[in-house]
Amino acid sequence: MTNVNYFKDQFEQLQDSAPESTITELRTDGFNTFNKSGLPTLKLEEWKYTNISSLFDKDYQFANAPQQLNADDLDEIRLAGHEAANELVFVNGRFIPALSTIRSAASQLVILPLEEAAKGSHQALVKKHLGQSSVYLKDGIHALNTSFIQDGMFILVPKGQQLEQPVYIYHISDARQQNTLSQPRSLIIVEENAKLQLTETYTTLGTAESFTNEVLEMVVKENAFVEYYKIQHDGLNASQVGSTHIHQVGKSYVHTVVVSLNGGVIRNNLNLVLDAEGNETHLYGLYLLKGNSHVDNHTLVDNKRPNCFSNQLYKGIADDSSTGVFSGRIIVQPDAQKTNAYQSNKNIILSDKATINTKPQLEIFADDVKCSHGCTVGQLDEEALFYLRARGIPKAAAEVLLLEAYAADILAQIKPEALRNHVAELIYEHLSIS
Amino acid sequence: MLSIKNIHANIEGKEILKGINLDIKAGEVHAIMGPNGSGKSTLASVLAGREEYEVTEGEVTFLEKDLLELSTEDRAREGLFLAFQYPVEIPGVSTTNFIKAAVNEKRKYQGEEPLDAVAFLKMMKQKMALVEIDQSLLSRSINEGFSGGEKKRNEVFQMAMLEPKLAILDETDSGLDIDALRIVANGINKLRNENRAILLITHYQRLLDYIQPDFVHVLYNGKIVKSGTKELALELEERGYDFITDEADLAASL
Repeated sequence: MTNVNYFKDQFEQLQDSAPESTITELRTDGFNTFNKSGLPTLKLEEWKYTNISSLFDKDYQFANAPQQLNADDLDEIRLAGHEAANELVFVNGRFIPALSTIRSAASQLVILPLEEAAKGSHQALVKKHLGQSSVYLKDGIHALNTSFIQDGMFILVPKGQQLEQPVYIYHISDARQQNTLSQPRSLIIVEENAKLQLTETYTTLGTAESFTNEVLEMVVKENAFVEYYKIQHDGLNASQVGSTHIHQVGKSYVHTVVVSLNGGVIRNNLNLVLDAEGNETHLYGLYLLKGNSHVDNHTLVDNKRPNCFSNQLYKGIADDSSTGVFSGRIIVQPDAQKTNAYQSNKNIILSDKATINTKPQLEIFADDVKCSHGCTVGQLDEEALFYLRARGIPKAAAEVLLLEAYAADILAQIKPEALRNHVAELIYEHLSIS
Repeated sequence: MLSIKNIHANIEGKEILKGINLDIKAGEVHAIMGPNGSGKSTLASVLAGREEYEVTEGEVTFLEKDLLELSTEDRAREGLFLAFQYPVEIPGVSTTNFIKAAVNEKRKYQGEEPLDAVAFLKMMKQKMALVEIDQSLLSRSINEGFSGGEKKRNEVFQMAMLEPKLAILDETDSGLDIDALRIVANGINKLRNENRAILLITHYQRLLDYIQPDFVHVLYNGKIVKSGTKELALELEERGYDFITDEADLAASL
């Protein structure tokens, strides 16, 4: 078992060897919290349906980035549209500049190792924003990431830069030798009038177990525009807690789509803090689960200022013995009058052994708001299935057609065509393999 | 082509079909009429392979094959077509893609190469004209937001595309106004030929004003109680079902 002593040793080694910066103190705070809280158990309300602590029986180790990985090894895992993208690579949780390709000009896009950004001209930004997600995510697994911030990444889209080239982040876990724990950390600042399109995807090499405990914090300033896509299609040996914390500090537009096709145990935390008047936010999710996959999507939309709009639609399909969890929390603070916040979670269960847990939560402290939430759990439409079969389409193909149709409205929210088609293919393949 | 022998069928333990016999040859048009609840749609469902219905007795032969042994999709690929009484709306699946998949599944089953995009479009244009259906309907999701008439026209269009050997039209006239009925009936008439059999299931005689059947059968209480030519339909229209059903009830009570 990966026990507290192991983490303590590793933490002390890191603190001794890493150069002193604003991050040093953050790591100490993180480790104190981790020490106090430990890994979250099912007793915590927020972790009621997803058992992370038992996964750590698997004896995960921190691993250094392997030397033998080169740019060609990435070919297999590249996403469509990569020819025009800035490609950033994390291996075993460490940002590897040597494997990354930055196509945008330095004036348009600043990409630095986090430690470097914490010392140089971006020091104030790092100090102000790195670690803000801890205000919302107070559990031990989040603190564990903070305790080990090392070789993280800093991305800045400067004022007025409407970045044409998207940013693709590949997270690679090398589990060829041992069970591997990766803890990527990034801080992204999208400044005034800037535009960023960001996609993250995850790949485990080898057959041992991987666990990725990621924290991505993003700050979105006035009049900025962000599209964020997360594509999870890793092996069943790959588990993950992925926390994305987006702080809209100026009136801005954020559009997110999280697609989970394959994996072991996955927990996604997606926080949107609407901290300026007139923010607009869209959250879409799709999970298509088979085998023993377990995908838990927790969303939080914290409306802190007036006149904000948010819309959430998460759709899921659970087959075999899989489990889908959706927990969507909307907070409307006393100041946030005229909030419009909508949420919907729809599910289809294909097997007697599959499970869906869905939990919408509204906490409203203002009196002039429009909020709604709803959830459904149903089955494939038997009439539609019969109709297709009565035209000669075999049952399995008819099911795929219907499931693809069900997923279509979320897929359509992936705006870049190349990426959308790529994901459509992944979905088709995923649904077609029985 | 189709031979039904002494078919009995249940749904949820209730017997609906109680011994049906019917023979249909290529080129023939048969009409099955009958009051509500007589088992007309059940017969269509059993032939198409709806799984809720359990056949407890009897046999059905379609083109020398045991129809009841075939899956729903194989029946379709062998050349059986059911035009639905209530065509299903399927959001998110484009009508054109669906029909292309269906056409090519059938071709594959029969050992033919799939149609390429050009050949498929050409075929579609030709059949669209035949059944007077608009392109705009076909680029939408299957039946989504279609009017009653548009749904039925789409059924006839699919029939034209799939070129079945036996078409079963289940209450295709229901819910249609007179103009829509005329268009749908015209489409069906154009699809009539000496190699194709058609089984019309209808409550009313009015469809038969447009599509003249060779034979008319009256289904009542799960059995065919009277068969005749198209004059039988006219007599039913005039006298109502009672004159036959009373006779049948009397015979059953003896």
